[in-house]
Amino acid sequence: MTGNTSTIDTLVEQKYEHGFVTDIESDTLPPGLSEDVIRGISARKKEPEWLLDWRLKAYAHWLEMEQPDWAHLNIDAIDFQDISYFSAPKSDKDRPQSLDEVDPKLLETYDKLGVPLHERARLAGVAVDAVFDSVSVGTTFKSELKKAGVIFCSFSEAVQDHPELVKKYLGSVVPQRDNFFAALNCAVFTDGSFVFIPRGVRCPMELSTYFRINAAETGQFERTLIVAEPGSHVSYLEGCTAPMRDENQLHAAVVELVALEDANIKYSTVQNWYPGDEKGVGGIYNFVTKRGDCRGARSRISWTQVETGSAITWKYPSCVLRGDDSVGEFYSVALTNNYQQADTGTKMVHIGRNTRSKIISKGISAGRGQNAYRGLVRMTPPAENARNYTQCDSMLIGKSCGAHTFPYIEVRNPSAKVEHEATTSRIGEDQLFYCLQRGISEEDAVSMIVDGFCKQVFKELPMEFAVEAKALLEVSLEGAVG
Amino acid sequence: MLRITNLHARVAGKEILKGLSLELKAGEIHAIMGPNGAGKSTLGNVLAGREGYEVTDGEVIFNGKNLLELEPEERACEGVFLAFQYPVEIPGVNNTYFLRAALNAQRKYRGEEILDSVGFLRLVREKLKILNIGDELLHRAVNEGFSGGEKKRNEIFQMAVLEPSLAILDETDSGLDIDALKTVAEGVNRLRSKDRGMIVVTHYQRLLDHIVPDRVHVLADGQLVATGGADLALKLEEQGYAWLEDGGIQTLNTDPVKQTANP
Repeated sequence: MTGNTSTIDTLVEQKYEHGFVTDIESDTLPPGLSEDVIRGISARKKEPEWLLDWRLKAYAHWLEMEQPDWAHLNIDAIDFQDISYFSAPKSDKDRPQSLDEVDPKLLETYDKLGVPLHERARLAGVAVDAVFDSVSVGTTFKSELKKAGVIFCSFSEAVQDHPELVKKYLGSVVPQRDNFFAALNCAVFTDGSFVFIPRGVRCPMELSTYFRINAAETGQFERTLIVAEPGSHVSYLEGCTAPMRDENQLHAAVVELVALEDANIKYSTVQNWYPGDEKGVGGIYNFVTKRGDCRGARSRISWTQVETGSAITWKYPSCVLRGDDSVGEFYSVALTNNYQQADTGTKMVHIGRNTRSKIISKGISAGRGQNAYRGLVRMTPPAENARNYTQCDSMLIGKSCGAHTFPYIEVRNPSAKVEHEATTSRIGEDQLFYCLQRGISEEDAVSMIVDGFCKQVFKELPMEFAVEAKALLEVSLEGAVG
Repeated sequence: MLRITNLHARVAGKEILKGLSLELKAGEIHAIMGPNGAGKSTLGNVLAGREGYEVTDGEVIFNGKNLLELEPEERACEGVFLAFQYPVEIPGVNNTYFLRAALNAQRKYRGEEILDSVGFLRLVREKLKILNIGDELLHRAVNEGFSGGEKKRNEIFQMAVLEPSLAILDETDSGLDIDALKTVAEGVNRLRSKDRGMIVVTHYQRLLDHIVPDRVHVLADGQLVATGGADLALKLEEQGYAWLEDGGIQTLNTDPVKQTANP
């Protein structure tokens, strides 16, 4: 895992030199952001002209935008010139074509993360498109998926192999100007996943990507695009961990989902980026834009997220319910401990008739953690008989943490129905004592109570992930009580 | 098995127990009765080690160990069980899962083997049969949405599974109608054993119609002021606690069992 540190250090310490763009040999771009850097990224990825233009346009927008400050977050100033926008794992010049060609050190890292690609993936029937830093290194089960006509590949590959699809859908859900971090991502994104499920196909397996930030001083900007053609079904899992580090790392991903008529997309996330130490030093800035477009009638998009990591989380997976009778769902568990901050929630924008949305949000704050739910339910004029149900529960552990709820409700159609329920509870001393009195240790008791609190969300996760999520909460809550 | 000597305890700075002494042998059931505010529930909480109950003086020896030095979960693992007056709800946590976690924590503490789910289920079935209750409580979350009777029954069920050597039943009769009371009392009677001591804390005598104690103690103002046989409870029922304060105590203490004092 540390094998390439010295190389990277050397590269990072290099002085900025003009002409580095053509220096294909180097694996990491020196820190800094400029048109040249963007051209450099694009050239390294051998991208077509139109994509470079698209990036540059986004960069121009970004230069005119300001970092938003409306969230309930304290964010240290980010020096965007101090970030390196591209790094690839040190290996052969050519990318590995299969797992056998992957640097064993890399595989070892995945093992430590609990992602033994070939074995567990096969057993669990999961195809894994693993992203290590900014370049995909291995994809399994491709052939099986191919039989079903499913495309599941890295974003870079999709740009090369399916440019017409990428061109058609890229930026169609999250426009370049959507927000500051989305614009930045559009300009500098390096890799991510691309999924295309053809008409009427039920994807034969859960699709899963594990992300991990490793190289020092490298922001990671993933780009994910999932397109579900009419009548298709797909379940996509995204999970990540990050190793112990000191510097803040910026992570600004964009995820776009497109569901056409009768299509069904289920997107599950377990997010466990490094949260910083118990004094609040270090940790990942996780500023993500995730949005699903229920473009077709009767389509359905369901977001499930378990957010335990990152120093700061700024994330609102949303659904635009355009198609009549379409359904959007958001199930979330967000946990903040020590000095972690989270401002997360969802947006449900109802446009089509008889559209329905459901929001179940569970926020847990411990230590000095700050946890905010921010949600928008918008019923636009054409959204006849639209309905929303929101349940928003907060749990406080200890006395120095905070929970905040900011629900925004806009109703412009009189036939719409919106329900909102919210509760805040402190983890009961009574509950804790009850468990202790039965012989259960304090730590086990807390994780048991928290697990119960989150049950409604966990049951939406695929089996494997549910187990992982539970374990994550336990780890994240260590030392939260007492 | 349990020897309490001169126990003093404070809650929120206020002294509630003022020199309580009690000795309980294995196999015995002692009832502790007394007016509201006498310190009945405090005794159970102090023995179980609840936070906020501060022992200022005295000693509690349980099976040869200094109970007051142990953490609450250690006391539980040593075999102290408190059946709560108001069992708390833990939403989303399955009742069976909870109980298995508890039992295995205790077994681990005692160096016994962890029970797997099959072994645990077998044990649970056996206990349900002994208590003559159905399995509908197993599938629900801990006490969530339970009626008063179901909550108390669940406490007794937990006691049956955990097999404590000392069980403290804190106002187990409160909030129960007569049928529920009978069911719960029957359960307790089935769990009587020569290895197990029980302390039944109650305000009313009616529970003692169904659970017949070996000894009855009267707790008033933080001390045991009278001790007698089962008929002491009847006398209290008849005459009320006020009678104690009017000098009944002295009479009783000279001959705790048979004196027919009539103030």
